[in-house]
Amino acid sequence: MVAVGKPRTGAIVRVSGPLMEVDGVPDVSMLEVLAVGPQRISAETVAIAGNRATLQAYEYTGGVKVGDTVEATGSQLTGLLGPGLLGAVFDGLMRPLSSAPLWLTQDRTTSTDDPATMERIWTFVPSVAVGDQVSPGDVLGTVPGAGSVEHRALVPPGIFGTLTWLTSEMEVHALDPIARVGTQEVLLSERWPVRAARPFRDRTAGVVPLHTGQRVLDLMYPLARGAAAAVPGGFGTGKTMMLQQIAKWSDADVIVYVGCGERGNEMADVLDGLSQLVDERTGGKLIDRTVIIANTSNMPMMAREASIYTGICVAEYYRDMGYDVVVIADSTSRWAEALREFANRNGDLPAEEGYPANLASELAAFYERAGRVTTLGGQTASVTVIGAVSPPGGDMTEPVTTDTQRFVRCLWLLDRDLAYSRHYPAVSWTGSFTRDEEALGRWHTANGDPGWAPRRARAAALLAEADRLGDLAEIIGANSLPGHERMVLLGGRLLRDGVLMQNALSPNDGFCSAEKGAALLDLVLDVVDTCQQLVERGVSATTIEQADHGPVLRAREETGPADAAGVASRRADVVRKLEELS
Amino acid sequence: MTDPTTAPSGTERPDEGPNPGVAQISHGDVRELRGPLLVMGDVDDVGWDEFATVDFAGRERHGLVLEVDHDLVTLQVLEGTDAMAPGGVRVRFAGRPLRIPVGSGWLGRVCNGRGEPLDGGPPVTGDTTLPVSGWPLNPVYREPPQEPVLTGISVIDALTTLVRGQKLPIFSVPGLPHLTLATQIAAQATSGGTTFRVVFAAMGLTHADIAFVRDRLEERSAAGELVLLINAADDPVIERILTPRIALTIAENLAYTEGHDVLVIMSDMTSYAEAVREVSAARREIPARRGYPGYLYSDLASLYERCGRVRGQQGSVTIVPVLTMPAGDITHPVPDLTGYITEGQIVLSPEVAARGIYPPVDALSSLSRLMRSGAGAGRTREDHLDVAAQVLAALAHARQSAELAELVGAAALSETDRSYIAYRGLLEQGLLNQGHDDRRSLEDTLDRAWSALAALPRRELTMLSTEFLDRYLPSEPEAT
Ligand SMILES: Nc1ncnc2c1ncn2[C@@H]1O[C@H](COP(=O)(O)OP(=O)(O)O)[C@@H](O)[C@H]1O
Ligand SMILES: [Mg+2]
Repeated sequence: MVAVGKPRTGAIVRVSGPLMEVDGVPDVSMLEVLAVGPQRISAETVAIAGNRATLQAYEYTGGVKVGDTVEATGSQLTGLLGPGLLGAVFDGLMRPLSSAPLWLTQDRTTSTDDPATMERIWTFVPSVAVGDQVSPGDVLGTVPGAGSVEHRALVPPGIFGTLTWLTSEMEVHALDPIARVGTQEVLLSERWPVRAARPFRDRTAGVVPLHTGQRVLDLMYPLARGAAAAVPGGFGTGKTMMLQQIAKWSDADVIVYVGCGERGNEMADVLDGLSQLVDERTGGKLIDRTVIIANTSNMPMMAREASIYTGICVAEYYRDMGYDVVVIADSTSRWAEALREFANRNGDLPAEEGYPANLASELAAFYERAGRVTTLGGQTASVTVIGAVSPPGGDMTEPVTTDTQRFVRCLWLLDRDLAYSRHYPAVSWTGSFTRDEEALGRWHTANGDPGWAPRRARAAALLAEADRLGDLAEIIGANSLPGHERMVLLGGRLLRDGVLMQNALSPNDGFCSAEKGAALLDLVLDVVDTCQQLVERGVSATTIEQADHGPVLRAREETGPADAAGVASRRADVVRKLEELS
Repeated sequence: MTDPTTAPSGTERPDEGPNPGVAQISHGDVRELRGPLLVMGDVDDVGWDEFATVDFAGRERHGLVLEVDHDLVTLQVLEGTDAMAPGGVRVRFAGRPLRIPVGSGWLGRVCNGRGEPLDGGPPVTGDTTLPVSGWPLNPVYREPPQEPVLTGISVIDALTTLVRGQKLPIFSVPGLPHLTLATQIAAQATSGGTTFRVVFAAMGLTHADIAFVRDRLEERSAAGELVLLINAADDPVIERILTPRIALTIAENLAYTEGHDVLVIMSDMTSYAEAVREVSAARREIPARRGYPGYLYSDLASLYERCGRVRGQQGSVTIVPVLTMPAGDITHPVPDLTGYITEGQIVLSPEVAARGIYPPVDALSSLSRLMRSGAGAGRTREDHLDVAAQVLAALAHARQSAELAELVGAAALSETDRSYIAYRGLLEQGLLNQGHDDRRSLEDTLDRAWSALAALPRRELTMLSTEFLDRYLPSEPEAT
């Protein structure tokens, strides 16, 4: 940072939408934030040539003129990290939207020092004593009432030594000092440049599943804590719905939901939904474990670009307290488009479809901020990243989709045909993958469910075989297939409709526990086995097909979200009724 | 901290104020004329996105600033640069982005794509002016949409219910009656009990179409419930960039200041997007897909996102954009990006039209994403959502049965499959097909759906509860 002194100013020489050029700002540095014109619009330095700097503006630049004064702020884009984030809504630059006006005009201050945030009073409960030796990541104390996880005030990175002072105040504000280490003051809240990754000790090797509550994911394409997943799909295929379900039901400690260039009504919906739903584990509301970063499609485009980093930065802050955090970004394609827009205006040579040549490395850098780590304070914690991808025209060969696939551990590909036939979640079983299936299989074996991997393998085989036979049946007619193949077709249907389909809007089916998911899949596999035995014993395939499979298909809806026993108890009855056919 | 505890303070918009007089200084140093672009030199004190008046040959044209670079200013001229020569051009800059007067003075008026009267009346005035680009609505103030807008058109009301504050486009192909449908919606739509207003923005329409629209909307216009903005096919292309923005600025004011439920119909958005593309090409920007600029998504979003409901306030803005898909291709950038922004889509299909059905909505590829919160008990009727789901599921089945019938012949079909084919006929004639001026009540619409379902064996109606079946299912299939 540059020492305070004479303000460093320059003058605008060019404005083209969000791109501005400024001459003469002394010692301007890359990524430095500047305030432009009388409205003091925030802009960030993205290129410097001689005494000219290129800026990307974070607000609508209407009215900005050649000659307008630009003042350097000396700092990069920072977020104020402290108690009060959980349950709140911020824009892409981490300015609280809860205290912003109805209409988001240009003249919002550059700072994140929102009065409501600054005036809020917290209680700090120390857990160390003066004289203790502390180092980065150590817990100095806790702050009650700041969301559904315990808020831990940590020693910030780079600060070591003896604790020389602790606040005796009962009431502290965001920027009040709470402790002194050596001569360095530690404030209740911390400013952090959002683009810089927060440090940790090391990445840990263990693989532990994140339970999402969505059956098709947990049974077929599971995600490990600290991994990255992408959800590509054309419009209306269910990306947002899936991400919202994960925000509601996954077993993470903290959720950071980044609405990046998507609908305002959806943000209202997330806010509304999470505010009403009770968090079973804490008894509070789900919103109290959630931070929302909302940068809708009609908000300034470049702030969309920043919002992704803002989200990750908040996630890392909670990770450092020892929590498992999930960052949801809907949609990363809008972020990539912001990159493209700026690169084009800047005259950069385009690679594919106008995207800049560094698209792949930008995507890689983003997804690489996911990870399960040992924090500086020695705890195991994680940041899991889940990003939606919106391919133009549903074309899965476009650059953002193809590049993203290379950097994620899980791909949950949403299929338009499935969505059109109202098979939700429309996760394709031909195009999706997880790279952690083996490691997660071992985890399940070690944690009481050795059947997990074989069950998954059988389901995958059944789906593939049913698809193959389905194609054949279309040509020669299903009735010309031998009985055991018709049972595969039947089994495929029971598996798809009774297990993989999941109605997000249903109170019983919206969330599914791991045990209930396993029970449903076991039920279908048992039914398939029984049907095959019946065919072998000479029962006609038609008879079996026309039997009432309702109890299997309706099991997911008719039993509670975690009622594995309820599902399992249907088995005997269903199998007995089938046996009666022979 | 999750939501604002107080309702937004007042309804005033920021920086409202009287229009300053048009700036006196006029500039004449024309450096370049290219397509719709005019580059002026030796200009200072002009801001980006500023509005300008261009005088040439005794007439006024209008421009918006696309770029300021040292002393050069690039303008897009709304009326185009046709016939202009560098010699006689004078440009006066307004000192700020374009604003228009707002208020109920617009109601009952017919204006061109720039908001100038076409009805022989005086220019529209108002006490307040607002910038046409609008400001983003703070998402924490948004109220999730949840009350229906009823159009009186069965297929829409029953299967893709429009919701107050929603954006729901109509995807069509050239030659289909999308304009007739859009006009019928504009003429018939209401929202239970509240004051309803319509802003109809026509872009790139032929004169025959314009005559039809004006005629059909005459009644609502005379009642002071409608604003009509018309950019004809032979009007300046670039002007279309302005037309939807003016329409939405009028609408936001009518909604959030005057408290009306406002429906904005914008037809044809493909013509709008072509104007955007033309400017982009003239600026030699790097195109993304099919020559359209990479910012088309954000540009369209800056229009469509102006729909909504605001916490603690009365009115709402509902948007129905109409667009024609070139060559019927839904992956074309205009329908594709629209679909990514809007909350569902109503798709018209030539196959349905060929079966003699108006409106030719392909119900299976259409979807209203907000229907689940805008229909059902307390909104429309208790059975609505289930009946709609059942109608669609049965229609999908009927389509398969019909395909099968073509392969093996109707005689070889099972009785169940035959009942599905009968169901489809009843549904098409009883529910989906409707007259151009026919306005059906929701009760009537839902009863028609039940009548068609009655053609199916009761055991097939798995999506309907016994309770609903007992209450609503007619005992004998009704002939139509
Ligand atoms: N799991 C689900 N259960 C029920 N309906 C769903 C589900 N997933 C998607 N849908 C339906 O699909 C629509 C579009 O989903 P959405 O997530 O908004 O799509 P996208 O974000 O891919 O455009 C939703 O409005 C809803 O009607
Ligand atoms: Mg979405």
